[in-house]
Amino acid sequence: MTKTRRNLILNCASLVVLFGILWLFQEYGTEYQIRILNNIAVFITLAVSYNLVNGICGQLHLGPNAFITIGAYTSALLTMSPTEKQMSFIIKPLIWPLSVIQVPFWISLIMAGTVATVFAFFISFPVFRVRGDYLAIVTLGFGEVVRVLCNALQSVTNGPLGLKGLKPYTNLWWSWSIAIFTIIVIQRLINSSWGRAMKAIRENEIAAQAMGVDPFKHLMMAFLISAFFSGVAGGLLAHLITTISPTLFTFFLTFNLLIIIVVGGLGSTTGAVIGATLFAWGGEALRVVESPMDIGPIHIPGIPGMRMVLFSVILMVVIIFARRGITGRNEFSWDWLLGKLSFGSR
Amino acid sequence: MATLGSALFEARNLTMKFGGLVAVNNFSLRLEGGELMGLIGPNGAGKTTIFNMITGNLVPTSGNVIWQGEDITGLPPHKITAKGIARTFQNIRLFADMTVLENVMVSFHYKIKASFWHAMLGLNKYRREEERIRERSINLLREVGLAHLAGEKAGALAYGQQRRLEIARALATSPKLLLLDEPAAGMNPQETMELADFVRKIRDSFNLTIFLIEHDMKFVMGLCEWIKVLDYGNTIAEGTPEEIQNNPEVIKAYLGEPKYATG
Repeated sequence: MTKTRRNLILNCASLVVLFGILWLFQEYGTEYQIRILNNIAVFITLAVSYNLVNGICGQLHLGPNAFITIGAYTSALLTMSPTEKQMSFIIKPLIWPLSVIQVPFWISLIMAGTVATVFAFFISFPVFRVRGDYLAIVTLGFGEVVRVLCNALQSVTNGPLGLKGLKPYTNLWWSWSIAIFTIIVIQRLINSSWGRAMKAIRENEIAAQAMGVDPFKHLMMAFLISAFFSGVAGGLLAHLITTISPTLFTFFLTFNLLIIIVVGGLGSTTGAVIGATLFAWGGEALRVVESPMDIGPIHIPGIPGMRMVLFSVILMVVIIFARRGITGRNEFSWDWLLGKLSFGSR
Repeated sequence: MATLGSALFEARNLTMKFGGLVAVNNFSLRLEGGELMGLIGPNGAGKTTIFNMITGNLVPTSGNVIWQGEDITGLPPHKITAKGIARTFQNIRLFADMTVLENVMVSFHYKIKASFWHAMLGLNKYRREEERIRERSINLLREVGLAHLAGEKAGALAYGQQRRLEIARALATSPKLLLLDEPAAGMNPQETMELADFVRKIRDSFNLTIFLIEHDMKFVMGLCEWIKVLDYGNTIAEGTPEEIQNNPEVIKAYLGEPKYATG
């Protein structure tokens, strides 16, 4: 059996196992557990696509929240029924043709990604004229512009009132299928000749250009693909939370994503997946420390916000002891895992 | 404009000003093809600036760069590379966190014929091409004696090996003109001698024209057939190694006026 064949079989087997576990949760799990699993999947999608620009291309892009917002609004506006829209838009009516369109969820997700990509296309011209800190500021500014526009364009976004009462279409199947699709697409890209060119730009842009790589073209490519998946994830989030408003996807979300990919391992998809899982699940698991506790004779009353303190401490410890994140730039491979296992059994 | 002539490469009156400073003044060069041309001069004479103007990293204040009869002045670097001019860097600029093999493979990327969608769908057209790129990269590494290090991170190589890898990477873009910016910098005499043989060898086996900057006089004098000397941006002399060695202007530029030197 060749290695590629073996890996294919192992990949398929682990997918079956994963979806089996998801099915068990769907059948027997609590709503709370299902919610966390959905969150994990959405954050995996976001982190893996964000990592393409920050980790692989090495550009400090601080505006994924803009594309998530655009995706969330696009998808929400497309799945709401015309009557719902008429009832929600009480300040200013929704502009035609958005007011009459209603499409199935999956089409709305594709549109969410597409619209986010179109915005990314236009913004990429100013963004990739600059590098480093300046690029970070331009993308950060774009995130703010989108937030302000969501407040101001009342005839499209319903302004500060936001959109309420969306159908909770996002379930485990949607969120995890999209997460896995994202991982496959991004990994394919990273391991292709195009991905190599992107890494070359990260390592040394002047040299990459001297070797015939067009930096603008490749950075834009990564940016657009990243925006597409951010937009789709935004659509998933909208139908998971069922209420969206301009204050929902602020810079804080970008900041969380940045933490996820840095702690996971900047430039590693495996790292992004681990980081997203730890973040979405760990944040909830740490709620224990906020409940009242008795340690021997000492009684500790529940301190709200304690988990964020502990979370910060964990982050610092990870960065101190693993400066390049949990995985560094390494990726998971079956060779590595089987190697570890056979070493353990010896 | 007059006819552009039949030379492989021509630099016409290249001038580069940074504010009030004239870094390079009226530099001209004509290469017919197959030469081994050297460019020397004291520190800060403007040698690397000339390279940067040729490769598009800097746009000259005035003057033209002509490549096979076509004016390529001000084209971006990646387009100039695609035309057939490759370079190495004075301060090594490898893709340090990528493997030696990947470093070379990047140079084949701009010529790839399969589309991005072929790659994403894993179609045969892309796979075959990727395989061919890998093979050719390994062959090239064998040529420069780095094949056994193909899987190592480029940043982990020894200094001399890194210099060779830079040349291999430049060769992978299939250039007709190769610009080497201080290839012997930091090498010991033994390595420098090997490098001279190596440069001569690749000139012949890849049919190259080579234009190089170097400080090591022994290296330049032994290797180059024609040398240009630059001082404060001006071309002060040119000729065969023997002529340059005995040129009073050159001696003055390097050692200063005799009256001060003996003072």
